[in-house]
Amino acid sequence: MAFLELQNVTKTFGDHTAVNAINLTVQKGEFVSLLGPSGCGKTTTLQMIAGFVPLTKGIIRLDGRDLSNVKPAERGLGIVFQSYALFPHMTAAQNVAFGLEMRSIPRSDRDQRVRDALALVGLAGYEERFPRRMSGGQQQRVALARALVIRPQILLLDEPLSNLDAKLREEMQIELRQIQRNLGTTTILVTHDQHEAMALSDRIVVMNKGDIEQIGSPQDTYHSPASAFVATFLGKTNAFEGEVQVAQGGISRIIVGDHVYTASAHIKGPVIISVRPERISFAKAGLRGTVCTRIFRGNHWLFQIKTIAGVATVIRQNDGTSMPEEGHDVHLVWREEDTFVRANSKVG
Amino acid sequence: MQSSSPLFLSTQTRSAWGLILPSLALFLAVVIIPLIMTVMLSFHDWGQYKGIETVFILKNWYEIWSDSYFHEMFARTFRIAVLVTFITMALGAPEAYILNRMRAPWKGVFLLVILGPLLISVVARTLGWALLFGGKNGVVNMALMKIGVIDAPLPFMFTETGVVIALSHVMMPFMVLSIWAALQKLDPQIENAALSLGASQLTVMRRIIFPQIMPGLLSGGIIVFSLAASAFATPAIIGGRRLKVAATLAYDEFLNTLNWPLGAAVAVLLLVALVIIVVSSNALIERRYKAVFE
Repeated sequence: MAFLELQNVTKTFGDHTAVNAINLTVQKGEFVSLLGPSGCGKTTTLQMIAGFVPLTKGIIRLDGRDLSNVKPAERGLGIVFQSYALFPHMTAAQNVAFGLEMRSIPRSDRDQRVRDALALVGLAGYEERFPRRMSGGQQQRVALARALVIRPQILLLDEPLSNLDAKLREEMQIELRQIQRNLGTTTILVTHDQHEAMALSDRIVVMNKGDIEQIGSPQDTYHSPASAFVATFLGKTNAFEGEVQVAQGGISRIIVGDHVYTASAHIKGPVIISVRPERISFAKAGLRGTVCTRIFRGNHWLFQIKTIAGVATVIRQNDGTSMPEEGHDVHLVWREEDTFVRANSKVG
Repeated sequence: MQSSSPLFLSTQTRSAWGLILPSLALFLAVVIIPLIMTVMLSFHDWGQYKGIETVFILKNWYEIWSDSYFHEMFARTFRIAVLVTFITMALGAPEAYILNRMRAPWKGVFLLVILGPLLISVVARTLGWALLFGGKNGVVNMALMKIGVIDAPLPFMFTETGVVIALSHVMMPFMVLSIWAALQKLDPQIENAALSLGASQLTVMRRIIFPQIMPGLLSGGIIVFSLAASAFATPAIIGGRRLKVAATLAYDEFLNTLNWPLGAAVAVLLLVALVIIVVSSNALIERRYKAVFE
């Protein structure tokens, strides 16, 4: 049975629908990310789970229990806010101890758990520091310890890493994942950062304009996006204009510029074919183009290639083989399973 | 940054002096010199028929020190100031909190309602209270007597209660603004954070919100206390001659009794007492909250 269940959950503000009848189930111990651009309804969804925002319609169940009439204080969820929302007048230890105090945990037990929680996030020895005197990353860890110490049924993370610099964010991602795996706490992360969602989650829920576009593992959502939105939002992608022709015997031919290949396409007529930059390789024959820029990125090369089907971005691993130079003519090929084909509404 | 060229530094210093000179001269002319003259005046002698004598004696200071009449005046002044401070704190904190939680159009409207009184002269505002509660002819008193709630007019004019109420009204905007400034610095998610950790609404107020607006409350307290202790117009209108405070006392000594040296001594004593109280409580607050808010 699902641990957390969102059924037909809807939220409207005036005549604006922030969350549109979404359904989602989360298993115990799972790490699920709500991913989408700002205004897609991900934060509103999190606030509804936390109980800060009432539902317009629908139902949220936690472990089989309807949460409609359960106050935020009684839900037993741990929340890490984007701004951390630490209590500035309390030390790190007092911040972490607050939730335990509210649960009337005896003092000796409380002190031990606070020490353990701070040690867990790598802040042993920082007990008496005030938040003002800590760095952004340290404040973030205190916020995480404060949320975890109450042994929450679900840990809710609202863009927790967005205020950190790139290097620290990467470190925290790895650490967050380790902590979550070790404790086995069911976790829901809200983020607009696709890399963060992919690095951390078991499953990603891609949201757009209040709707869920796709639910799947990071690999699934990246490799087989369910919609054009998912394809463009998750990672870079090339969109070539082309055409699908159905030949006799039910075999489709796909034409992209001067590149023609057979494939089992389910639609016909003008299409847009999406291919990830790293899934395009150079060959003797294929879509012809000219290298206009070549950028060395250490572990990989980044190419911009001008073709008659549009400008293509190509990423090639720096494996020591020689790469085409700027101004050279190249031919691009890709495997059928690496493409995502959809109808081109602009043409015809 | 340290300058390597002393010449450059001196040019800079000179131009800085040039810039502050006009304001410094003005400050010296209208604040420092009159203040020194007032302090000197308080040591001069005065007699009904001889007027002011420019001698150095401690007569006025001894009079204030020994006469219980003056003790009563100063005790009343500070009692009123303390009461006004506590009343404005007790009413101003919830007022500021509610104001801070209001939505866009109403927030502006009610902020104007709170600040509005500052745009009206203190005399006009205080006279308003006198119109409402001034003896038998006060509007509120008349109405209450007519419907039979009270037999005699509520004692308001020339009472300490009246002065405290009217002064609290006058001082309220300063307290609300000061607390409001502290509330603005609060993380908007902080209440949600506390709620999610299992705190009740009351606990959130007591343990999370209140400690954080404390500095605003205390600095508002210092402002209101010093303004209330040195207030003149409101005690003059509501308290009148019968209920004098330090400021009205000094005024009377100067303009009615014409005993300028004694009036000067009262004024200087009020100033010194206020400076000591404000500076020491400010130092205390700064030390207490240094680690938390800086």
